[in-house]
Amino acid sequence: MFVITYRKFFYAFSTLTVLLAFAAIIFFGLHFSIDFTGGSQLEVAYPGARPDATVVSTKVNSLGLGIATVRPSNNDSFIIQTPVISNDQENAVLSAITFDASDTPVVKEFDAVGPTLGKELEGRAILSIIIVILAIVLFIAFAFRGVSKPVSSYKYGYVAIIALVHDVILPVGFFSLLGHIYGLQVDTLIVTAILVILGYSINDTIVIFDRIRENLRRASDGDRQNKFDTIVGTSLRETFGRSINTSATVLVALIVLYFLGGEATRTFALALIVGVIAGTYSSIFLAAPILVSLKKAQDKRNAKKK
Amino acid sequence: MQNFRITAIIIILVSIGVGYFDYHSQAPTAGALYFPFRLGLDLNGGTQLTYSADTSKVTGSVSDAMDSLRQVIERRVNLFGVSEPVVQVEQDSVFSSAGQNKLIVQLPGVTDISTAIQLIGQTPLLEFKIQNAGTTTAYADTGLTGSLISNAQLQFDPTTNEPSVIVNFNSQGQQLFDTITKDNVGKVLGIFLDGQAISLPVIREEIANGQAQISGSFTAVQARDLVQQLNYGALPVPITLIGTQTIGASLGQDAVHKTITAGIVAIILISLFLIIWYRLPGLFATVSLLSYVVAMLALFKLIPVTLTSAGLAGFILSLGIAVDANILIFERIKDELRRGREVRSAISEGFARAWLSIRDGNLSTIISAAVLYFLSNTPLVKGFALTLGIGVVVSLLAALGLTRTFLFAVSPEPSQTKNKDGKVGKTAAFLFGSGFTTSTPLPKAPENK
Repeated sequence: MFVITYRKFFYAFSTLTVLLAFAAIIFFGLHFSIDFTGGSQLEVAYPGARPDATVVSTKVNSLGLGIATVRPSNNDSFIIQTPVISNDQENAVLSAITFDASDTPVVKEFDAVGPTLGKELEGRAILSIIIVILAIVLFIAFAFRGVSKPVSSYKYGYVAIIALVHDVILPVGFFSLLGHIYGLQVDTLIVTAILVILGYSINDTIVIFDRIRENLRRASDGDRQNKFDTIVGTSLRETFGRSINTSATVLVALIVLYFLGGEATRTFALALIVGVIAGTYSSIFLAAPILVSLKKAQDKRNAKKK
Repeated sequence: MQNFRITAIIIILVSIGVGYFDYHSQAPTAGALYFPFRLGLDLNGGTQLTYSADTSKVTGSVSDAMDSLRQVIERRVNLFGVSEPVVQVEQDSVFSSAGQNKLIVQLPGVTDISTAIQLIGQTPLLEFKIQNAGTTTAYADTGLTGSLISNAQLQFDPTTNEPSVIVNFNSQGQQLFDTITKDNVGKVLGIFLDGQAISLPVIREEIANGQAQISGSFTAVQARDLVQQLNYGALPVPITLIGTQTIGASLGQDAVHKTITAGIVAIILISLFLIIWYRLPGLFATVSLLSYVVAMLALFKLIPVTLTSAGLAGFILSLGIAVDANILIFERIKDELRRGREVRSAISEGFARAWLSIRDGNLSTIISAAVLYFLSNTPLVKGFALTLGIGVVVSLLAALGLTRTFLFAVSPEPSQTKNKDGKVGKTAAFLFGSGFTTSTPLPKAPENK
């Protein structure tokens, strides 16, 4: 199987993409939404002609509510973010940005999140991600407890962690980049998407590991020891079609959701699309080949001992 | 064989019935079968107010105090005339500082936050009024209000076991109560909360000790509620507004329409993919998928699940995940056919052998959904986790129950499919094969250990 033969090429490719994602996160950072930072967010639509963003921004900033950011959304709306404001202050903003009595802005959404609420959400998000990763790794180690030859069942668990980290870093890095370019913000739904990616992307890895386990059981003791890479390669080839097809149906659903669904879930769908692609890639081109490399390293150690 | 065919027909009929229920139960004319979808605030438009309740000074049970707070607020919200308001308490957790319980108030259709905030924040009014002579509905103010009560207790009559409520007034209330009871023996003393009569006891004698016993025909539960309401006539704990969210109704309607379109398109594309790639089994998977959709919609109505935009997104995502189990099974059946099994045994082996990885894979998704559901405090995320979790479980049942039954119902007898060489014939191989059907035979499968 070419994936096993050229595994070093795929390692290099994965390392490069993960490093790029890391670089994006470090240099661009993540733009967190008011869900996490606290503050107010007002989304207004102009039924007629939408005024210029800078004009709106100047108006809102002149009200003395603190630093306000204004960014366009859709074709007719603006999202205005300020520190937490009251309802009366919201009305003041609305009248300030009404430039033409015949084209009054319509409030689509007004959110105000106090700083304590944001802090709490942040804690919950981090804890959720940690719990999910731990639960899944323990679960994999448990599910593959029967396989100990020639690679111990723990190693299947470690490999799953590597794949999971890969699957999470890529969408986060992607969103860091989008945040830098388009001002896209990380909100609760993006965190939710990451948790779903964690749970779903492991599916393909499990299917491949399951086939490796079955083919190992069928092989003779000698083949198990000496032809481990061939067995993993065969398992990959046999499961290749289903890995692609299962992800394809999910991607179809997500792409449809991205293009046809509501605005509220558009970035959510995008995060999931990136995550599902990363998850499928890591199952085929990362997880299984790493098992082979681990086995080779193990053989080298054993040879030295003798 | 015969049994599978009968079951398959029953499944299809039941699915059509459930589909009819989904459609029919949406109209208010459906009577007892009226189960409309429950749409969340983000789809219906409305306001959500999040309050933080300071329970650090509560001496008794915090959950009791929060419960009476909820009741007080609920009454307030009901006065507002909002349809289906939601008032819920969220206990403090490891994430929030101690003594900071939260109260979440959802007002569908209300977009005027200032009025809502004002209404919820105002202090409730507990009043004692004397019934006007000769009437049953008119009452006169006495000046005695909840601010003059020091406490209320629940008591049971030792002989009849009937519950009664004991009210203790403070010194000022005691004097006033003495005067009122002396002047109005035999009259009805109405107890009103926010202008609503909650108890109408008759004054039997003058009461000078500042203690009133309210007994009557109420159950122990009603008496307990009354005690709570009397003790906490005013808000039992101070609350502060920490978050608000208002969503315009048009935005929600737009999201509903878009999501329905997206759902239908996703179903069509996935079905086409299944039928083109997996042929006959793919057609069955499509029927299973449709049964899955009608069953999920019925569950959303019956449980009921409050649908949010994220919840609907989770449902569409689950359409893609739902067919995964089918794909794994079909691929496995193909493996078994290539190993030289005849169709029927390839199907049963395919299911048996694919099950392990299907179970493991779906359990990891269920783990994620469960963590999301229990750790999240945002209705949007909770809604998503719930629909995703239910979706994965129901889709497993659909793949293992429905698709399996359909396949067995049409699978030919071993004697019918084999040609002269004793191999699976071309027609059967085409119908049950798929995509890239390679001719390379696989090694014989090992016996199950």
